[in-house]
Amino acid sequence: MAKDEFEKREFKVVGTRVARPDGLDKVTGRARYGADMSAPGMLVGYCLRSPHAHARIKSIDTSEAEAMAGVKAVITRADFTNVPASDGTRDILDNVMANDKALYDGHTVAAVAATSRSAAKAALKAIKVDYEVLPHVTDVDAAMLPGAPELHQGRQQESVPEGFSQNVLARSQYGHGDVDAGFAQADVIIERSFKTAATHQGYIEPHACLATMGNDNQGDLFCCTQGHYMVRNTCADILGMESGRLRVTASEIGGGFGGKTTVFLEPVALMLSKKSGKPVKMTMSRDEVMRASGPTASTSIDIKIGTTRDGVITAATGEFRYQSGCFYAMNGALGAMCGFAPYDLENLKSVGWEVTTNRPKAAAYRAPGAPMAAFAVESVVDEVAKEIGMDPIDFRLKNAADEGTKSAYGPTYPAIGLRATLEAAKAHPHWSAPLGKNQGRGVGCGFWFNFGGDTCVSLMLNPDGTVSLSEGNPDIGGSRASMSMMAAEELGVPYENVRTIVADTASLGQNEVTDGSRVTFAVGLATIKAARHAIEIMKARAAATWGIDAEAVEWVDGAAQPAGPNAGKFPPLTVKEIAATMSNTGGPIAGHFEANAEGAGVSFGTHICDTEVDPETGAVKILRYTVFQDAGKAVHPDYVEGQLQGGAVQGIGWALNEEYIYGEDGTLQNAGYLDYRIPVASDLPMIEPVILEIPNPGHPYGVRGVGETGIVPPLATIANAVSRAAGVRMTSLPMSPPKVLAAIKAN
Amino acid sequence: MVAVTLWGSLAELAEGPREVEVEATNLRELLAALEAAYPALGPQLARGVSVSIDGKIYNDSWFQPIHEASEVVLLNRLEGG
Amino acid sequence: MSRIHVTTTVNGDAVDYLCEADDTLLDVLRDQLDLTGSKEGCASGDCGACTVELDGRLVCSCLVLGAEAEGRTVETIEGMANGDVLHPLQKNFIEKAALQCGVCTPGILVAAKNLLDHTPDPSEEEVRYWLAGNLCRCTGYDKIIRAVLDTAAEMRGAA
Repeated sequence: MAKDEFEKREFKVVGTRVARPDGLDKVTGRARYGADMSAPGMLVGYCLRSPHAHARIKSIDTSEAEAMAGVKAVITRADFTNVPASDGTRDILDNVMANDKALYDGHTVAAVAATSRSAAKAALKAIKVDYEVLPHVTDVDAAMLPGAPELHQGRQQESVPEGFSQNVLARSQYGHGDVDAGFAQADVIIERSFKTAATHQGYIEPHACLATMGNDNQGDLFCCTQGHYMVRNTCADILGMESGRLRVTASEIGGGFGGKTTVFLEPVALMLSKKSGKPVKMTMSRDEVMRASGPTASTSIDIKIGTTRDGVITAATGEFRYQSGCFYAMNGALGAMCGFAPYDLENLKSVGWEVTTNRPKAAAYRAPGAPMAAFAVESVVDEVAKEIGMDPIDFRLKNAADEGTKSAYGPTYPAIGLRATLEAAKAHPHWSAPLGKNQGRGVGCGFWFNFGGDTCVSLMLNPDGTVSLSEGNPDIGGSRASMSMMAAEELGVPYENVRTIVADTASLGQNEVTDGSRVTFAVGLATIKAARHAIEIMKARAAATWGIDAEAVEWVDGAAQPAGPNAGKFPPLTVKEIAATMSNTGGPIAGHFEANAEGAGVSFGTHICDTEVDPETGAVKILRYTVFQDAGKAVHPDYVEGQLQGGAVQGIGWALNEEYIYGEDGTLQNAGYLDYRIPVASDLPMIEPVILEIPNPGHPYGVRGVGETGIVPPLATIANAVSRAAGVRMTSLPMSPPKVLAAIKAN
Repeated sequence: MVAVTLWGSLAELAEGPREVEVEATNLRELLAALEAAYPALGPQLARGVSVSIDGKIYNDSWFQPIHEASEVVLLNRLEGG
Repeated sequence: MSRIHVTTTVNGDAVDYLCEADDTLLDVLRDQLDLTGSKEGCASGDCGACTVELDGRLVCSCLVLGAEAEGRTVETIEGMANGDVLHPLQKNFIEKAALQCGVCTPGILVAAKNLLDHTPDPSEEEVRYWLAGNLCRCTGYDKIIRAVLDTAAEMRGAA
């Protein structure tokens, strides 16, 4: 997608607020999520999980469990005899079924399939595992030190300097210029260290799947996932089968936020099904989701920023140390790339570290790596602005990245919307509204890349002129509606005439996971191209019907018509009319598009938040919250607003309450919603979304991804508001009441 | 020749400047030329990189054209949520 | 294992089932009656995705035993619409985009209907506290609260 795709146009369907096609199923309870499907003769599967943070598995005795009534299969790692082709998939296998060591509290060591839940649970208790408990480490800074308990040997990448433990897997340095020279020009330099706790995506639907697999190495899998093609490819690699022999159907998905971009239960369920010869359903409990799915990284970050008295940043440095659990994940590098991305910096050094610890392998969580980095950078930006007596938005505007700025991660920016979000924030009544006692206002900016990737769409014309659209990306926030809207827009037919479904892996070519805010951009682009393909065919059919050249036909308002007076005088042929005669004019009509839709546009947001801090308890109340984000073009404004509001509220939880708490023994202490507290309705005010539309040149309608950027600014925005309300700089997340109270008292 | 900006730790491995020049007209040729000229980059190139070409990011598209005047920046391979 | 025979009323229909002593009402609804609209998000009464009415009171069906439903009446999301006529809350949740992934939606609708049955003119604060036991991770609650308030106004106007 190198050339610019965007063309200015008047929209008829795009930009309206139509009803989503899956709405009725979801308000009546009919919609089938991962755990809602059953099969005749189905068994239920459960995992046995390590109670230790780090332990060598000396032996596993399953004989007693296998002999129990109702037990049809017991599996351990010994059943996974195939060695996956890729390093990444080997890590996934080691994560879904422990190899020689259990690497975290909750790591699966065996699994059972039985005719009932009670039989399966009894069998789990009868499995004897002989563990040799090993020293563990869960804190990122402790894990980096020489002499720390080490999870793996020989996995350190060549980028890591000497003097660190083997837990440090990679180091990535970004930036440009000469930071020493830059700091020498600064009038004010502020340096701070920050910590953020690991958090969980907190999707309400636990992982679940229904697997059917036979000894003919052919299988079917129904599961909740952000990417059923990824599930197919990964499971096939783990089980040593041809991917074409495994068909994966995506269920409705009850939230993902990045946490369903990998597999946990699916290979285990397939193996249990293969061994038992029966369909196997597996669902995680909330406790299992918390202990053994993929939370985000916890971090330790140092930021130093220098500025002149008149508000020009002269230099900045950042050290972003991220622990991503027990295997390699690239999070620290993303922090290093994203943290300073909103600014035009002459001198920058930004370093990301990837560290393993005895925690579950981190999965992506909405703009992975970026929110924590923004928290640290934007906190120091705020403090610097305060120190030189400058309005924090003016300070950001003075240093804001623009088209032509060399970005923190290297490339020069094309047209971007950061300045527009800052100016909109400054002009908004929220920014100048009065504040009361113990109240503070914070502002913060955030950046995310947005992605494209492999995408297929098929658009079928039905004999009555309606349209069936197949896409291959699970619909997580209303994308079926958006695809129907873009197809209707392009074809010139009513929205109701286009029904979009998410096809299974056997019905459409390879599709990248629903991640990276890619779907509305990439699948939308593919939908528009598939519609254009169908239009070309319809124009040719009209031309043949009229007996004129196809080049002499144009497409206007859902109908073929002669391009000009020289083409001949024929009444327009509508989609419906062309469809009615398609058997006569050459057969079925379908448009399709397949491409690796790379070249997505980056996205920026600015948030404003008012908080009130109770000086007696340290409790923080969110009083008012406004989100400003560039959406390129909002296809369905309701669902764009929903993304901005939802991202902000997840950020509020991350900032104020949510944290993985590990005990001395390395086990998770708060594996449930009671003690891991996500925001509830009574915690919150209305979240006001302000959508800006600066068209993305890489999309025909100007669409940018919007899903992830909304979670990047809140951590910093709220920290800045709390710090101003409490009169003390908060440097550790979450800002739970005890921490805020301690900070107030220490001040 | 195309000028390619390496991220800092990659430049250290290449034991060269942050910007290197290689002969390439598309992404595939670029990655092959980099590995040939700087074998120390091999492991990272094998693990995967993203490449920004004139401000747009590519992961896989071999035949994405690169011109002499193109701005080319190597990045850690990006992942999303 | 011997099982318990239970006779009860679900969404107006007399039903009976056999359940194990530790089966929850949610297990029975989902696994035996195929009423999978009620969801298990936590099994500890913290998320509200399994919310149903038991004799007109809101309960988390994961905290009620299947055996406890004997002789009671249970109302689930599957009984909320009247045939093909949606409850105004259901209609407005679609029209006002008050759901994204939709997995919390059944529990929220059952809880919101129970609120409006007793409190036809709730304040925003009342709606927020009433729904504080129903977690939603997608929407930030904004459009849910608005849809409930708008429905309340609509139903008052219609009455």
